[in-house]
Amino acid sequence: MSLASPKFTRPSLSHSTSDLTHDAVPLQHIDEPTVPSAQLSIKNVTKVFQGKQDLFSKLSRKTSRDFTAIEDITLDIEPNTFVSIIGPSGCGKSTLLNMIAGLSDISSGEIFLNNQPIKGPGPDRGMVFQNYALMPWMSVEENIRFAVETVYPKMPPKQLTRIIKENIQLVGLTGAEKKHPHELSGGMRQRVGIARALAINPQILLMDEPFGALDALTRGFLQSEVERIWEQQRKTVIMITHSIEEALLLSDRIVMMTKGPAAQVNEILEVPFPRPRNRETIDQHPAYHSLKTEMERHLFRETQAVEAARIR
Amino acid sequence: MAFKGTTNDMTLSNASLNKLKVSDSSQSPWLNENVKAAGLFLFSLALFLGAWELAANMNWLTKGMPTASKTIEELWWWSTNPFFDNGPNDLGIGWNLLISLRRVAIGYTLASLIAVPLGIVIGISPIAYKAFNPYIQLLKPVSPLAWLPLGLYIFRDSELTGVFIILISSIWPTLTNTAFGVANVSPEYLDVSKTLGASKLRTIFKIIIPAALPNIVSGLRISMGISWLVIVAAEMLLGTGLGYFIWNEWNNLYIPNILVAIFIIGLVGLILDSVFAAFEKFVAFGRQS
Repeated sequence: MSLASPKFTRPSLSHSTSDLTHDAVPLQHIDEPTVPSAQLSIKNVTKVFQGKQDLFSKLSRKTSRDFTAIEDITLDIEPNTFVSIIGPSGCGKSTLLNMIAGLSDISSGEIFLNNQPIKGPGPDRGMVFQNYALMPWMSVEENIRFAVETVYPKMPPKQLTRIIKENIQLVGLTGAEKKHPHELSGGMRQRVGIARALAINPQILLMDEPFGALDALTRGFLQSEVERIWEQQRKTVIMITHSIEEALLLSDRIVMMTKGPAAQVNEILEVPFPRPRNRETIDQHPAYHSLKTEMERHLFRETQAVEAARIR
Repeated sequence: MAFKGTTNDMTLSNASLNKLKVSDSSQSPWLNENVKAAGLFLFSLALFLGAWELAANMNWLTKGMPTASKTIEELWWWSTNPFFDNGPNDLGIGWNLLISLRRVAIGYTLASLIAVPLGIVIGISPIAYKAFNPYIQLLKPVSPLAWLPLGLYIFRDSELTGVFIILISSIWPTLTNTAFGVANVSPEYLDVSKTLGASKLRTIFKIIIPAALPNIVSGLRISMGISWLVIVAAEMLLGTGLGYFIWNEWNNLYIPNILVAIFIIGLVGLILDSVFAAFEKFVAFGRQS
């Protein structure tokens, strides 16, 4: 029902031009009560990894207890926002992302994408993997082609070729189409990973520590590239990260998680910096340092708790 | 085309590696590792042949052992007259080689046609893996020759028995390697496939098989090596082929020809293995298998 709203946003065109320019603003306000603003809605989600207590495990002395990775997380993500999830190591960030991707089962609670519960993996969510996950036997072009062909099997060849070309161009890899992953640097490989995820035109882009395997210089460079690409496409992005600077540069909102087990959302920070953002000038914004300090303090406290728990 | 580029790059990087080493270790470009190795090879060969020649001439060896020069002379004669046919006990070594190769080709191809698809099925299904593993583990270590009487009894035909022996002994490495490769495809590749919503068949043909290909090819390579080992042994009890050639020369008590056959068997094995080594490199794409 709520999805019928586009009809309301396009009123009869017989209005004068002056009316039309004003239409957009009030109509969005009318929309709000009918269409929930969240594109992705995480409701009371818990993930428990079942331990092994069966007889066979006991005989082979490989029993393990149940492990609650994350507990009762509720989170709404609005369309066209860049959201980072940050937290200490082992807090279940990647588990949460895998559940959104549909790669991992949800123990309890539900995740909705455009009001539809997520039941498994699907091409409405594009995934960028930490270790790129490119097929070594496929060239740059073939890796992207595989993705697009899988999602759109009936796409005419011309359109297919155009989409591949556009996305290679978008990530700045024109000229390297025929190269295989082992001939590329880590940064270039992740560009392919991003191009592959974007080429299928997903509603949401999921990034699991996309720059985690890169050296510091390449990482900075690629972060700026992602910022540039995001300005062009404004896709909803959920990114897992360890880096405070990275989160501040790219995100509209930063979700800070507590330590695991049974990790929860601790706090959500709004990042008010204007876009397009520039890594050299971003720290001149008055809110930059207070945000950074707050995140540092949070991460430090949680990491300390993790370490303390390990000693005990 | 793209593949060609890759191999070229590989040779390039090898060449530059050697250059680096040269500039490291010595000033002269003529004294790099490869040149030194070739020198040592030639030196040791000359030493071996010289010692052999001397020992044979001085009658230090068993009575009837030929000299090195006599053996090389025979080698030259057999390799310049490979194709003559004076009946089954006087057949050119070229014919015998082709007969052996033909048996290997048939048995090995049949074995591969069974082993690769079966290995894929076993690798994909953990249940099949566990269910069939006992057969494989039990039959794999059986000596190929143990099958020979059984083959002769069942087929009552030496040709078919030869092929059967090759099949039954060369099936295992390909089967186990294929199953291992398929079962151990990086979960990341499968995650990519899942997030794209790829069908099971598409995942198998576009992801799992190419990902397991380095393992499959190294399995095929080991199987080929085994086939070549087995055929010579099996042919001693069959009627023709290189193995029979050796057996026949043993009955003639003419040792030079046995040595010639050993050399040719080794050389052909080396060539077959190199072909598969090249094929392995071709499907690796920077991966180590």
